[in-house]
Amino acid sequence: MAVLKLFGSFFSPYGYRVIWALKLKGIPYEYIDEDLRNKSPLLLQYNPIHKQVPVLVHDGKPICESTVILQYIDEIWPQNLLLPADPYDRAVALFWIKFADDKGYLMLKLYRANGEEQQAAVKEWLEMLEVMEEHALIGVKKLFGGDEINMVDIAFSFVAIWLGVLEDILGLEICEPHKFPRVSSWIQNFQSIPVIKDNFPDTDKMSTFLKHGREMMLTSKSN
Amino acid sequence: MAEEVVLLDFWPSLFGMRSRIALAEKGIKYEYKEEDLRNKSALLLQMNPVHKKIPVLIHNGKPVCESLIQVQYIDEVWHDKAPLLPSDPYQKATVRFWADYIDKKIYDLGSRVWKTKGEEQATAKKEFIESLKLIEKELGDKPYFGGESFGYVDVAFIPFYSWFYDYEKCGNFSIEAECPKLIAWAKRCMQKESVAKSLPDQQKVYDFILQMKKHFGIE
Repeated sequence: MAVLKLFGSFFSPYGYRVIWALKLKGIPYEYIDEDLRNKSPLLLQYNPIHKQVPVLVHDGKPICESTVILQYIDEIWPQNLLLPADPYDRAVALFWIKFADDKGYLMLKLYRANGEEQQAAVKEWLEMLEVMEEHALIGVKKLFGGDEINMVDIAFSFVAIWLGVLEDILGLEICEPHKFPRVSSWIQNFQSIPVIKDNFPDTDKMSTFLKHGREMMLTSKSN
Repeated sequence: MAEEVVLLDFWPSLFGMRSRIALAEKGIKYEYKEEDLRNKSALLLQMNPVHKKIPVLIHNGKPVCESLIQVQYIDEVWHDKAPLLPSDPYQKATVRFWADYIDKKIYDLGSRVWKTKGEEQATAKKEFIESLKLIEKELGDKPYFGGESFGYVDVAFIPFYSWFYDYEKCGNFSIEAECPKLIAWAKRCMQKESVAKSLPDQQKVYDFILQMKKHFGIE
């Protein structure tokens, strides 16, 4: 019986956060892929409150919410620490992780929007990217974690990968390199890290799935 | 080296109260600075340029933002007295989960109870009561969320007690009738000096909200 089980879904950025953390620390686990339109009884049993992925189950005990999971992993398996050891540096890292967490809703907002709503969603994305550009990435040369990724890099992965998928299916360019040079540079650095490259989400599958889903959604809206 | 601790805050802030309680639990001397949120100080804007919000904890000139991060920071730096987080990683994960639930669900639903009217308010009220019942279930028969001793989830949630009267009056319901164990827990917490000194009077909070509602035209 596997000691560690991870419930995730192929398009969930939050699930990938945990995959990358486990891979970085070299921890074996069993991955269970969930169809979020048809959640398994086991998932609902392990996460009755939010009914979401990811859920990490360690020796039968569930841990929910990706940031809670990441901190748990970091504490149990301290090799390749994902958070700084110094309490102040850790507080700063947690601030940016919370910022990233609080902006995650922008993905769905942009995905669902059309017309004027889309303009508003794009504007919010640009505001968020500006904070990354003018505040978060100041003093960051390569990655938030220095030469290697840390939990802050992982938290912002929705900008590094999922924003690109949304831009692709919507035919928009939001993170323009000349407007956001630091963000663009960070995205390239993040994507070239071996553990990310080797465990890259299937963005083609995501694009197809999300494009189809959006078409259905817009059709039903106009009916 | 003398520790310099400053807290930029606003008296009815649920989030500010958390840091006040944590600092009091640890017996830390600090300077409390009341912010006028319609006229934010240069210090606040400098220390929290991203959100421009209180509370901000400034320790030896360096800012820590976000109340739960402040509580964890205080617990780590002043670790020799009144531990707030458990040492076991799984228990830590559990308390972090519940603090997150309080912020994500309970806070938002509570806000909607006092900010909205009619059907929207009715829905918010129903969901708010459900969320309180859920957290009451988590408390169970323990004296505190932290078990025998006052802990992280207690700190995260007890500030809401100062707003209960406001939710009740705006939503026209009784929290004690719905969740008697929560009220018993709250009264137990209020017997602690760190809590009693950090929470404003419920009537004062309600009067303040009435003023806010008038000001924003929410009637």
